[in-house]
Amino acid sequence: MARATLISDPTGAAASALTLEALRDVPPRSHRELTRIALIGNPNSGKSSLFNQLTGLNQKVGNFPGVTVDRKTGISQLTAQHRAEIIDLPGTYSLYPKSLDEKVITDLLYDQASDQYPDFVVVTVDASNIRRNLLLFTQLADLGLPAVLALNMMDVAAQHGVQIDIMALQQELGVPIIPMNARNGVGIAALKIVMSRQLGPPTRSFYEPGDDLLPMIRQIRYYFNLHNDYLALHYAHQFRQISFLTPDDKAYIGELVEKYGFQATPRQAQETIDRYARINDILLNTVTVTRTEKNEPYSNKIDKVLTHKVWGYLIFFGVLFMMFQAVFAWASYPMELIDQGVTWINQLVQTNFDGPLVNLLTEGVLAGLGGVLIFIPQIALLFAFIAVLEETGYMARVTFMMDRIMRKFGLNGKSVVPLISGVACAVPAIMSARTIENWKDRIITIFVTPLMSCSARIPVYTVLIALVVPDEPVLGIFNLQGVALMGLYLLGFFAAIFSALALKLLLRTENKSYFIMEFPVYRWPRWKNVGITIVEKVKAFVFQAGKVIVAISVILWVLASYGPGNALEQAEARVRATAAEQRYTPEYTDIRIASEKLESSYAGLFGRTLEPAIRPLGFDWKIGIALITSFAAREVFVGTISTIYSVGQDADMRTVQQKLAAEKDDNGQPFFTPARAFSLLVFYVFAMQCMSTLAVVYRETKGWKWPLLQLLYMTGLAYVSSLIVYQLFK
Amino acid sequence: MSSRSAQVKTNAPRSVKDLRLGESGTICCLEDPEMALKLLEMGCIPGTQVRLNSRAPLGCPITLVVGDEDYTLSLRVSEAATILLKD
Ligand SMILES: Nc1nc2c(ncn2[C@@H]2O[C@H](COP(=O)(O)OP(=O)(O)OP(=O)(O)O)[C@@H](O)[C@H]2O)c(=O)[nH]1
Ligand SMILES: [Mg+2]
Repeated sequence: MARATLISDPTGAAASALTLEALRDVPPRSHRELTRIALIGNPNSGKSSLFNQLTGLNQKVGNFPGVTVDRKTGISQLTAQHRAEIIDLPGTYSLYPKSLDEKVITDLLYDQASDQYPDFVVVTVDASNIRRNLLLFTQLADLGLPAVLALNMMDVAAQHGVQIDIMALQQELGVPIIPMNARNGVGIAALKIVMSRQLGPPTRSFYEPGDDLLPMIRQIRYYFNLHNDYLALHYAHQFRQISFLTPDDKAYIGELVEKYGFQATPRQAQETIDRYARINDILLNTVTVTRTEKNEPYSNKIDKVLTHKVWGYLIFFGVLFMMFQAVFAWASYPMELIDQGVTWINQLVQTNFDGPLVNLLTEGVLAGLGGVLIFIPQIALLFAFIAVLEETGYMARVTFMMDRIMRKFGLNGKSVVPLISGVACAVPAIMSARTIENWKDRIITIFVTPLMSCSARIPVYTVLIALVVPDEPVLGIFNLQGVALMGLYLLGFFAAIFSALALKLLLRTENKSYFIMEFPVYRWPRWKNVGITIVEKVKAFVFQAGKVIVAISVILWVLASYGPGNALEQAEARVRATAAEQRYTPEYTDIRIASEKLESSYAGLFGRTLEPAIRPLGFDWKIGIALITSFAAREVFVGTISTIYSVGQDADMRTVQQKLAAEKDDNGQPFFTPARAFSLLVFYVFAMQCMSTLAVVYRETKGWKWPLLQLLYMTGLAYVSSLIVYQLFK
Repeated sequence: MSSRSAQVKTNAPRSVKDLRLGESGTICCLEDPEMALKLLEMGCIPGTQVRLNSRAPLGCPITLVVGDEDYTLSLRVSEAATILLKD
């Protein structure tokens, strides 16, 4: 058969050159320059786990295809003398990308002239699913890239009764193979040794494009000065999508394709079929599968329950509900402790020191920082829940159960991943929409994801709910405040899907959407990963949000403590005059003075300017200031409120909640009525108040159109909804 | 009249969509050329055996076990309808 000619005669010599012992004789790579090594493999085959093992970094790992959607580099110390740059990449099933995350790989591999081009690739292969994983390997080998095969998940393969004759497979594939377990680090040492050697290109080829294509392939190859035929064939297939080709280059290939009547789709299909035939031949002699009762996949059994007609949705709803209960009820104990700690420090500073700097420290910095630190337990719990959903493989089941429903709203089952991780933070969530192949589904997903309530809204929700919703049990087990919190999340969710529906009707373009997805097996979460995720996210929240919050708190404190000209002195004099007339008590005089001063300060001026626009929503100029500062990032709200309401108030007025509860309106009644609080809550559910989100939408959609539309739409929605809420309930 | 339409039905090629839960079939060909590219990559090669493993609560999507390995693929019913089976 024709195929036989493709198999170059495996000689004993070539094969023995691949054993670890023999590799010691292969010269090590030069020490001077940093070797660039790319990790390429199928989605969910363990590339990021391997990357973390090699570099000591904490790249996100999760048990569903499409966790990594962009490249990330790190440095690995391979041997005592040798360091290499490692590139973690999104997963792909083949070198013919079907979605944007997959395209990251071909962008890297097509441009040999690029200074990013890898010297070497580590192909990760899931040993429990070796047939499908080898497809990509054979394509990479045919590109002529020096490669080592990391045969990962050997533990899973053993469990499923898959036995692999490594030596025989190594001979067949012509590259070194290292069996390993990237989860616990087995095989990393051996892999590092191989990676530190100077290996040549693979010695086998697995596919020959038909002879009839050779004239076209050769012309492309020589025109672009490519090192191999297979790469030239890929240019013919994908020239329209290759970003670094000039229009002239594309026109040139376009003409050739026309001239030779090259039909990309059937050729690509035939190539895949031929490759699988070749892989089947190879596996026949190297892999045996023994199925026994014992290794009947337990995942199927779990799925019988978790994706059951009735239980499936009930369990999913239960999981979500538990998440909100946790964030509200369980987190309150550690929050109380943190709160007391901050107050204690604050009082310590105030009783022991004196002067304007101390005021800046206590009223500005500590008040703002306290507003951040107290939310650590909630953020930690939220991220822990999401990490467990992702690590066990349950997330993939949720996309499966939701696809039918999501499709009705112009979304896709895969939109569930961005929507759920949007509950943590919209920025990575929007990037994860790259795995959605269909343009329209993807744009809609990106557009509505920021409506999901992210962790930065938790502080606002917590403070305001605690202010107006009583802390009572409902139905015995749930807590009314937890239920209110879930209500806000649901409000965001429904806003997201109904906005999606509206967009679906508005965007007229129809292109085919599909939902062909690998279903991962269930796995125990790796608790270390969950722990790392929590620590990383909390650190990011405290330091990044903290930096902004402290900076804004300080600026705000200055703006609230000074005013144009001698406006503050005048305000004080005014109050004293009235006080003398009306016989105010000294305490009341002080409060009036503080309040009048704040109103005449720069901050007060800004708030006053905004007030007419937000008065119909029930907000005053103080909230106006908070709205201005939280335009860049909404987590600043609580810090701002806490700073504004601290200026001139008693030092022992502890929490933000107490400060808000003590706030009086003109008639001496509590200012934060339920109508006002809910109006403000609804505003924060809908409003687009996050520069980072706008920036990432700009990057992901390559233009200002979508971020600006999003800003207008969400802010408009927030304004109108708040207006309705306040006018109805006041 | 009725017997004729019944005959048409039996003559129409069966697709993966028509499998019963737990039933296996062998792929004969893929109907939609664009979708075929993705399905082939995922291992749905003509001649491969597939088993209908489960249906989502609302009947769509479904999961298939592809080949004799335990690798599970989920896809929509409309996509499954393009995978035709051998008799
Ligand atoms: N049992 C076992 N699990 C593993 C092994 N390697 C990785 N995993 C798990 O497999 C899942 C996927 O790992 P990742 O490292 O995120 O895979 P990836 O290739 O980066 O995935 P994408 O970024 O989605 O392409 C995680 O749940 C890992 O904990 C292994 O050798 N054995
Ligand atoms: Mg990854």
